[in-house]
Amino acid sequence: MALKHKATVMDEKGMQQALRRIAHEIVERNKGLRRIALIGIRKRGVPLARRLQAYLNEIEEFDIPFGILDITLYRDDLSQRQDQPEVHTTDVPFDLTDKNVILVDDVLFTGRTVRAAMDAMVDFGRPASIQLAVLVDRGHRELPIRADYVGKNVPSSRNELVEVRIQDLDQAEQVDILEKAPE
Amino acid sequence: MQTLRRKDILGLEEMSAEEITLILETARSMREIMQRKIKKVPTLRGRSVLNLFYEPSTRTKASFELAQKYMSSDAVSVAGSSSSLVKGETLKDTVRNVEVMGVECVIMRHPVSGSSHYLARSVEASVINAGDGMHEHPTQGLLDMFTIWENKGRLEELKVVIIGDIRHSRVARSNLWGLQKMGAEVMVAGPSTLMPPDLDIFGVKHFTDIEEAVEDADVVMALRLQKERQEGGLFPSMREYAELYGLNAKRLAHTKEDMLIMHPGPINRGIELSSELADGPRSVVMDQVAAGVAVRMALLYLLLGGTKE
Repeated sequence: MALKHKATVMDEKGMQQALRRIAHEIVERNKGLRRIALIGIRKRGVPLARRLQAYLNEIEEFDIPFGILDITLYRDDLSQRQDQPEVHTTDVPFDLTDKNVILVDDVLFTGRTVRAAMDAMVDFGRPASIQLAVLVDRGHRELPIRADYVGKNVPSSRNELVEVRIQDLDQAEQVDILEKAPE
Repeated sequence: MQTLRRKDILGLEEMSAEEITLILETARSMREIMQRKIKKVPTLRGRSVLNLFYEPSTRTKASFELAQKYMSSDAVSVAGSSSSLVKGETLKDTVRNVEVMGVECVIMRHPVSGSSHYLARSVEASVINAGDGMHEHPTQGLLDMFTIWENKGRLEELKVVIIGDIRHSRVARSNLWGLQKMGAEVMVAGPSTLMPPDLDIFGVKHFTDIEEAVEDADVVMALRLQKERQEGGLFPSMREYAELYGLNAKRLAHTKEDMLIMHPGPINRGIELSSELADGPRSVVMDQVAAGVAVRMALLYLLLGGTKE
């Protein structure tokens, strides 16, 4: 299946501004950083969460607990897939209890990843709250889930792909919409 | 490589280095789950596993059962002495019956070499060999490799010496296949009467002098001396074996400081391994036990995680 570039919806500067704004919203809503913890969902949620951490620290100097979540073992489609997805390590090196956990991912789509991530987190403890921060919300939810912080709403059709590229992983920094074109 | 494209885990002889690497890497992720307060992931919910042990086992059985629980699968365990085997039911019939009840994976330990291959051919369920006669004990081989890999950061070019009754040891056989595939240099040491007649197929060096064998080893693996073998006249007495081939601090005086000391358990303390070494700083015997659960979780995930074609 060929993918055709349709539009670039965010560039490097746009991404920076969006994350910086989200950082301010997080501080405002949680009245500071005292009980905040950041958890990035593998794969692209992790570098995004790292950036949020840096922006949060520009606002207030505070050591924010940081975790990495791999949701593979919590997926709801494991028994429907032919191949097992590769499992990566989860690393939540702090106690979640009584923390306001900010879950970070790149794209919010069906909501199934977030559902899996919430299930995983409950296995680590009982956070005071779980909040969701995403760079892009593209719609088409299949579960009653919404984001608390959104970098950009990108209305998309189901036969499009929203691709987030991040310097650390992809040697580029932008968000594109790609169209699945029949060959 | 991301997936294990095989139905069964029967031995390391037929496994590739890529497959072994995938299993070890998956096991590393699984180990994190064992460190959580709530040691359970929902991954294998609704999948059924049967543990069939026709030989006594503590570690392997407990380790498989815990792995099954941590992955949320449903497991039943049957011990040989309490099964229909004593009523004369064949192995194939036993497993076919439980397969009809919905079991998708069978873990089996059996005294006959090749029994797990036979079973794997006879049933649709995945089969994991938990030790078949003197043939192989692949999950032990994998957990040993995992332990070395975690402690040394690599397997390639490490010098590993396996000491003791190689002839009757399925653990030794699995390690010989696996470690060599992963690029380690493997040697065996012990009395000639306890070496397998087909040692040549492994292409490893044999030492009768332990001190010479372990001189610049990175890992020494002592095997359990099976007391029942003494009656066959393969070695004169336990005490003589301990004196000539047993590992103790004195015998390992001139070895590498960071050498790992391993034993698959259960240990005959003071015979193949002294207590001082078994409980000392170079011993990774407890790491081996912990690795067993992680490796078995990885195998269950890799065999049962996807659908079958």
